[in-house]
Amino acid sequence: MTTLSTNSAERKPLIKSRALRRFLSHKLALIGTIMVLTLTFACFVGPYLLPYDELYIDLMSRFAPPGTNGHLFGTDPLGRDIAARLFHAGQISMAVGFAVMIIATCIGSVIGVISGYYGGAVSAVLMRVVDAFLSFPSVFLLLALAAFIQPGPVMIALIISATSWMEVARIVEAEVKSLRNQDFVQAAHMLGLSNRWIMFRELLPNAIGPIIVAATLTVARAILLEAYISFLGYGIQPPLPSWGNMLNGAQQYLATAPWLAIVPGVAITIAVAGFNFIGDGLRDAFDSRSDLG
Amino acid sequence: MARYLLSRLGQSLILLLIVSFIGFAVLTLAPGGPLSQFALSPGMTQEQIDKIANQMGLDRPVVVQYFDWLSHLLIGDWGTSYRDGQSVLHVIGSHLFATLLLMGTATVISVTLGSSIGIYSALRRGGAFDYTMTVFAMVALSIPTFWFGLIAIYIFSLNLGWLPAGNMYTVGDGSVLDYISHLIMPATVLALVDVAIWSRYMRTSTLNVVNQDFVRTAKAKGLTGRRVLFKHIVGNSLVPMITLAGLQLPMVLGGALVTETVFTWPGMGRLFLDSLGYSDYPVVMGLLMASAMLVLVGNLLADITVALIDPRIRLD
Repeated sequence: MTTLSTNSAERKPLIKSRALRRFLSHKLALIGTIMVLTLTFACFVGPYLLPYDELYIDLMSRFAPPGTNGHLFGTDPLGRDIAARLFHAGQISMAVGFAVMIIATCIGSVIGVISGYYGGAVSAVLMRVVDAFLSFPSVFLLLALAAFIQPGPVMIALIISATSWMEVARIVEAEVKSLRNQDFVQAAHMLGLSNRWIMFRELLPNAIGPIIVAATLTVARAILLEAYISFLGYGIQPPLPSWGNMLNGAQQYLATAPWLAIVPGVAITIAVAGFNFIGDGLRDAFDSRSDLG
Repeated sequence: MARYLLSRLGQSLILLLIVSFIGFAVLTLAPGGPLSQFALSPGMTQEQIDKIANQMGLDRPVVVQYFDWLSHLLIGDWGTSYRDGQSVLHVIGSHLFATLLLMGTATVISVTLGSSIGIYSALRRGGAFDYTMTVFAMVALSIPTFWFGLIAIYIFSLNLGWLPAGNMYTVGDGSVLDYISHLIMPATVLALVDVAIWSRYMRTSTLNVVNQDFVRTAKAKGLTGRRVLFKHIVGNSLVPMITLAGLQLPMVLGGALVTETVFTWPGMGRLFLDSLGYSDYPVVMGLLMASAMLVLVGNLLADITVALIDPRIRLD
């Protein structure tokens, strides 16, 4: 018995695909991958190699400059080791970033696929909601929510997701709309498959390229947003460190202890730039037209 | 034209309505709520809290509260600040100028710098400059605005002493030069991200224009390179940028919020943070609405401008 493939084209396994080859030949993307991997490694292994614990308070050695007494990046106003806090904060900031990526991508995909598949009034309503969310300066909404809820890391991830899903929704909607009338979807209809099956098993997998690109860029965005709101004092609350809240008090010590501001900022920039580079590489890799240009 | 204007205006109003509902629902339903600040006062009984809720109309269903708030909003009554009893509209109005000044200056910087970089990259496509600027743009997009502000203060105020570290003017001075010296750093910091975005889009837009027939025609007519560049290429690649400027508004406004905090700039962003600190719901809600309006008006203006100057767009 033969089975009828309802996919538009035969899909090669990712490992052999042209997309992967293109990604690997993308210099910036490789640099980004190295940046992210190095940082992740440092954050998860680093704490075991350092002589100090991130919560250890030593008031005798407050504001020690980087390099003194085994303090790799110096100490903060309470004499805590900045390197230990930085790595620990990195685990939290990156975890928030990935959580947002998963949540926002799921919300965006579901809304996008429903809107693109049904079209008409459903699409009009959903896309106006997307527009409405986009016309808020998201930082304002984010801060208002964070300030009034006074959340923990999980809630922070949910709140950032609530202002980060629109991009994915738009991309998926456009993608699904263009696929909706293709033969393989008609075939699926004739086979009597349910709407839900067609949406999530037939249409969504075909939009996976742009979704992955958007998801990668969402990680970068989420790390930035978490830093913003934590810097302003409404995000992750101490004693739990995050890259953003390490910068929270840094401004007042800018003249005497500039490393307080410099170190976490560099970490944020490396992480965000890394994910942006990867996203850019993935975009080129999945874009079949990029061979021409 | 009139019909186009009306339909765009209608769409904007519907969007504003959705925005207002989302904002109101979120703020009202979030745990804590407007009453939490009273609940914190020592010796406050549940009875007294209920009485305050009753006086402020907070014990009614959310939908009723929303329509009450909305109908007052429409006749220009945006409520009064919990903090000092001033009208919300007045409080926002007194902070509007500082924010518009900052955003306006930043936009001028990012448009001129960003489009110059973009055009030059496109004309020298694949060259060293183009590649450097591609990397620069992505790094610039990855630097948190507030951190860039801190580093700028560290270098230019604390170490070099060239520029003031904060505020909009020196008390007792207030000359134009004084304003400018205070404006340079925050405006440049705020512009950085936009320079990156503008240069990328301008590059793409210029590449699209360069390959079009009318450019070839202009060259074939024997026009000088400079004339082709400025009359035919630059003008036409700027048209899609107007729409982009409108779409970028929420980001610039969000960026202004942290920039104002870092540079103690007395604008809407700092007002927003102060109001959050005081749980001043009417002002917070008013600022959410004001910022959404600013964004929608900006987009509307951008669309109209494009429609007016691009002869290919038919308005009816």
